[in-house]
Amino acid sequence: MQSKLNLDHKLIDSARTAARNIAENVQEFVDKNTTVTVERTVARLLGVDGVDEIEKPLPNVLIDNIIEGGGLSRGAAFWIGNAIVQTGNTPQEIAEKVSTGEIDITKLPIADDKKIMDAVYSVAQQMVDRIKNNRTTRDNYLKTLGEGEKPYLYVIVATGNIYEDVIQAQAAAKQGADIIAVIRTTAQSLLDYVPYGPTTEGFGGTFATQENFRIMRKALDEVGEEVGRYIRLCNYCSGLCMPEIAAMGAIERLDVMLNDALYGILFRDINMQRTLVDQYFSRIINGFAGIIINTGEDNYLTTADAVEEAHTVLASQIINEQFALKAGLPEEQMGLGHAFEMEPNLENGFLFELAQAQMAREIFPTAPLKYMPPTKFMTGNIFRGHLQDAMFNLVSIWTHQGLQLLGMPTEAIHTPHLHDRMLSIENAKYIFNNAKNIGDEVEYKKDGIIQKRAQEVLSKAEELLRDIEQEGIFDTIEKGKFGGVKRSFTGGKGLDGVTEKDERYFNPFIELMLGGAK
Amino acid sequence: MAGIEKVDLTKVKPYGDTLNDGMVQMSFTLPIPYGDEANEAAKQLVSKMGFDNPAVVYSNDLGIGYTFFVMYGKCTHTVDYTTIEVPKVDMEFMSQEEVEDYIQENIKRDVVVIGACTGTDAHTVGIDAIMNMKGYAHHFGLERYKGMVALNMGSQVPNEEIVAKAIEMKADAILVSQIVTQKDVHIPNLTQLVEMLEAEGLREKVVLICGGPRLSHELAQELGYDAGFGTGSFANHVATFIVNQIVERKLI
Repeated sequence: MQSKLNLDHKLIDSARTAARNIAENVQEFVDKNTTVTVERTVARLLGVDGVDEIEKPLPNVLIDNIIEGGGLSRGAAFWIGNAIVQTGNTPQEIAEKVSTGEIDITKLPIADDKKIMDAVYSVAQQMVDRIKNNRTTRDNYLKTLGEGEKPYLYVIVATGNIYEDVIQAQAAAKQGADIIAVIRTTAQSLLDYVPYGPTTEGFGGTFATQENFRIMRKALDEVGEEVGRYIRLCNYCSGLCMPEIAAMGAIERLDVMLNDALYGILFRDINMQRTLVDQYFSRIINGFAGIIINTGEDNYLTTADAVEEAHTVLASQIINEQFALKAGLPEEQMGLGHAFEMEPNLENGFLFELAQAQMAREIFPTAPLKYMPPTKFMTGNIFRGHLQDAMFNLVSIWTHQGLQLLGMPTEAIHTPHLHDRMLSIENAKYIFNNAKNIGDEVEYKKDGIIQKRAQEVLSKAEELLRDIEQEGIFDTIEKGKFGGVKRSFTGGKGLDGVTEKDERYFNPFIELMLGGAK
Repeated sequence: MAGIEKVDLTKVKPYGDTLNDGMVQMSFTLPIPYGDEANEAAKQLVSKMGFDNPAVVYSNDLGIGYTFFVMYGKCTHTVDYTTIEVPKVDMEFMSQEEVEDYIQENIKRDVVVIGACTGTDAHTVGIDAIMNMKGYAHHFGLERYKGMVALNMGSQVPNEEIVAKAIEMKADAILVSQIVTQKDVHIPNLTQLVEMLEAEGLREKVVLICGGPRLSHELAQELGYDAGFGTGSFANHVATFIVNQIVERKLI
């Protein structure tokens, strides 16, 4: 493709090479370690679900029992497999018996490796097939019902009550939304377990639970049939339970997941060792399940300046791309993130935004880029806010963004009301239709403001990536080079859940899922 | 020709294009299906709100049997502007340079300020705007002020941690940002911090400030804070308040 921005391909290649080396260094660390949530995910994928009498999820009960017995470094698959061989029970029955104290899972006699493997792989294969079937179901829907045109219109619901969310989501779909994201309740990312069952109470959002996923999936399938468009469901695969949420999403056929390699470290103060191990397995699952991931670079711009720090967004996108490739996630599922967050009073700010979005489009030609709306400079003036969102929509259609998270005129006031969403969808549809082919018609002036801006951002990103390659990602984060946020290697939440694997460790799902559905 | 009517400040009502026309624009949704009956229902409702001549200028089907309205009406009520009193941070705000000079002349040591989004709140945009070097809309943050040591502890900081840090750093001022105020989740959290500071015997020794889009000065004072800063506040406003309090309350 001819670059409209006259970008230097050698610089892009050099930036990617640096990012690949960064990701490879981290991968060495990731391959040596596991975490409590990775093992709970294995338990879930082997069919463990439900809670005990104090509402503690059985995957937690089971993994805690393994930890008490000092067996986490061997992995949940080993212990569950052994228990299947020894008791003839299903993983769910085993978890229930652990919960009542009937089984102490690490104290059972140890069967021979071959038997353990056979037992685990046969159960694992059932889940892998189920997830593969979900992919087929989605593909069938896309074939028979079809889908909205890109940029997909992406709106959030956030009532706290899953049943109220359903009403809002179905209304949004009827108004034209293509993707419904159910915002999670404040601070769910810091829970080291996933709550259970349908929920009706939440602050600023709704708990991500498997039952809530199921309820919303069903509602969106119904409304999809009605409007004649497949409606995608999005949730948040971040925080201390990243891979567990990925597994739940894969099982319940979610379509989009927020899933960033660095976001939790920077913005939720989750320990970096923990997040980097967790993100790997979560992305393998997302990749296999055909789920589009969304990365969180837009968040950098809420803490750092969107003009000065634009290159850190690009650098992070390139790093996220390389981490995702390591986990076998294809480019078509990489919703790399960025945002329209420059100060609106900036002279020619629109041109800079256009340059940034066009640059991302050219550097990641097949990725369904996720474009985030203005939030930081939304003021409560809903009339001006509606205009800011219109400018954002214009950049999006112009530069062929993939997923358009619609801005709301009431941003900075409240989570969207029913008609806020309608007004925003109307805004986007008007502009997407009215300026549909503007990107195919308009070229940029050679060495003009737009071209120069994009070239400058690329060159600074390439320089930053080569720096990080020298220092390593851990040191870079410790120095606060992303989003201006400093995090230490041993600080933050969740480090005590990280364990080095022993030589007999195995996780069947990495082998069965890595590289996508074949 | 008659002159233009003068505003009677004891009887103020909305202005559209003529004094005392009372014109108000409003928009809302009713959970009833789109149609003539919906428009009539909206008009009746707006009448009950105290508007004359309610007019539906636009209505739209929201797709699930609900209808959105844009309406106008003439407000029949008035307020007496001359008797209104609003508690607020009432002072001449200094610029960054003036604050810096003020510290040098009147306090003569570094002023220590710590801030955080406390409780479950993960939205740092407010505290960042006030504290971070870069600031917001061309107002540098407290980190950039000479004579100030500013620590932004970030998001989801438990009240225990901010109190411990205040003791450790001998903080002069504590800033608490609360963006998420849905269902009043911020109230118990803000109250708890005051109680903890009182228990530690620190409350009188620090300037305690909260901020956020839904926090008024009045509410802040009710909750036991020295001040509350809402939307449109900048670092120099907060800084002016802090240094004035330190001098007035002899916390030097």
